[in-house]
Amino acid sequence: MTKTIKKTQLHHPALPKAPTGIIGLDEITDGGLPKGRPTLICGQAGCGKTLMSLEFLVHGAMEFNEPGVFMAFEEKASELTMNVASLGFDLERLQTEKKIKLDYVHIDRSEIEETGEYNLEGLFIRLGYAIDSIKAKRVVLDTLENLFSGLTNQTILRAELRRLFQWLKDKGVTAVITGEKGDGQALTRQGLEEYVSDCVILLDHRVINQISTRRLRIIKYRGSVHGTNEYPFLIDDEGISVLPITSLKLEKDVSSKRKSSGIPALDDMLGGKGFFKGSSILVSGTAGTGKTSIAAYFANEACNRKERCIYFAFEESPRQIIRNMHSIGVDLQKHVEKDMLRFFASRPTLYGLEMHLVAMYKIIKKFKPSVVVLDPITNLITVGSVSEVKAMLIRLIDFLQEEQVTVMFTALTLNNIVNEQTDEGVSSLVDAWILVRDIEFNGERNRGMYIMKSRGMKHSNQVREFIITDKGLDLVEVYLGPDGVLTGSAREAQKLQEQTGQVLRDFAVGSRDREIVRKRKVLEAKISNLQMEFESAEDELNKIYQQEELVKHISSNTRREITNIRKGSVEESGTKGGKK
Amino acid sequence: MTKKQEPSAYELRLYIEGKTAKSVTALANLKKYCEEHLKGQYKIEVVDLLVQPQLAEGDQIFAIPTLVRKVPEPIRKIIGDLSNEEKVLVGLNIRPA
Repeated sequence: MTKTIKKTQLHHPALPKAPTGIIGLDEITDGGLPKGRPTLICGQAGCGKTLMSLEFLVHGAMEFNEPGVFMAFEEKASELTMNVASLGFDLERLQTEKKIKLDYVHIDRSEIEETGEYNLEGLFIRLGYAIDSIKAKRVVLDTLENLFSGLTNQTILRAELRRLFQWLKDKGVTAVITGEKGDGQALTRQGLEEYVSDCVILLDHRVINQISTRRLRIIKYRGSVHGTNEYPFLIDDEGISVLPITSLKLEKDVSSKRKSSGIPALDDMLGGKGFFKGSSILVSGTAGTGKTSIAAYFANEACNRKERCIYFAFEESPRQIIRNMHSIGVDLQKHVEKDMLRFFASRPTLYGLEMHLVAMYKIIKKFKPSVVVLDPITNLITVGSVSEVKAMLIRLIDFLQEEQVTVMFTALTLNNIVNEQTDEGVSSLVDAWILVRDIEFNGERNRGMYIMKSRGMKHSNQVREFIITDKGLDLVEVYLGPDGVLTGSAREAQKLQEQTGQVLRDFAVGSRDREIVRKRKVLEAKISNLQMEFESAEDELNKIYQQEELVKHISSNTRREITNIRKGSVEESGTKGGKK
Repeated sequence: MTKKQEPSAYELRLYIEGKTAKSVTALANLKKYCEEHLKGQYKIEVVDLLVQPQLAEGDQIFAIPTLVRKVPEPIRKIIGDLSNEEKVLVGLNIRPA
């Protein structure tokens, strides 16, 4: 903040400002209240006017070295001291240190008589004396309008008030004047806004649906840029914090670092690494589908990584969550003890949406977690309309992304039909959307999980069966059979059936194999038999051939003998003899 | 008329601011009324807040001029230049309303 102020001052002379030190208010006012000028804080009774003005003074005295005078027209100094002691403001000490001076102006009509001309110089003198005695730079006039109830001469009063504001300006003090809201459009009952024209802040305390929300709006701020919206603010044990959550810029840093979801199988579905750091994840599903378990796993994993985590529970108490998560093997207690994990459980109806946001904002700023879980956001609907919840979540996501905090929301969907939108209408805002749903089949309900979207990473398109066991969460592939998707016991049964089938098939195959072996053996036997037959036939044939050959040979010999015998025995014998 | 008081039964303190017209008028008026009605039983103390601004807080002074009746109790305050005699006398309980 201070940086931006310095920057603007470099460019063009900005109005000098007195920082209030109130969380958020300095951001809306771009540095604080106009220095050396009066500011009017108005609002109904009990909306925090006195506290805001007092905080302005105390912060000024303690942090900015600007002592201040508090002139109270309503509460006595002792009452005031006591009232703010609970916020850790030690007015007594500040008074003895001469950093703050309380001056209670008591005006009681019953003991005052007016006669003739007078002026309020006494007040001026008192104030002037108080300012000079501690060299005050800041002045608060708490409910100046009480003067009007104490004095009857309005003409004098109004003239004197005009003079007072001029006098404060001349003194160079930064003044805060509080005023009760008037009827109708009037900002203050006595029209103080006429006199204070530099800066007017309106505080509001509205009750809608029995839930009250404090809001603040800067009606005017001369010579300075300022936020014009209504900003919710919170009063708690640390005083006021305003939340300038309407950041409209979409220029956040992004990280490509990944954060594991704590469920390895889910990480696998998300490209093997998990979610992006600083992203927002929505886990939606019907009742009892294990959304809280997924969220607890995520928180547990973050703590195991030695990262801080905040778990905002809107439904169950922290002890309940810790006990329940024990049953699936997640020990959150040890993280709580190490202060790595903090639970903040509150009923949504405790206060308005804006207040929830402010409270969360404050806690996150303080604890600086890297992971935040909101479980479930659905319950917030009970305190606001859908559009309000959406607006709130947009701002929360914006803020968390700026802080680079990874956030997981869980949301209950009220019907089994998968909506393209969740009931809160935040699905378009989140970076990753995991849907857990019931698959009702075969007389039982099982959980199926799939990733609806996951920006900027490859992710599985499969429906997985999501199982919760004593050992924890796991995802298994759903069985895709001829009858469609099977889960739970149907999947197991199908698996068993398949196993039986396998055995039977194995057996069948075995016997067929043996049959073939046997057949082959028979065939082989037959083949050798035939071969034998063939060989014997061949033999027979050979025998005949040889016989014929032999017969041929012998008969030809015989024929030649006979021929020789017939031609002449001499010749024949001579030849024969010669030959021999 | 109330019955005669003891001497100094009335202790009056008038807060003024320097020598402004209102302050001077108020002081003159007061002296006149006291001489007329409370002769010998009153004491007037004049506090100039320009000189002693720290005294303003003690008597819860915010308007100038302011007349404070310290004694008798209860404390009564009359603001203004005391130009209306009737009101002053009633205010100081010198004359019943």
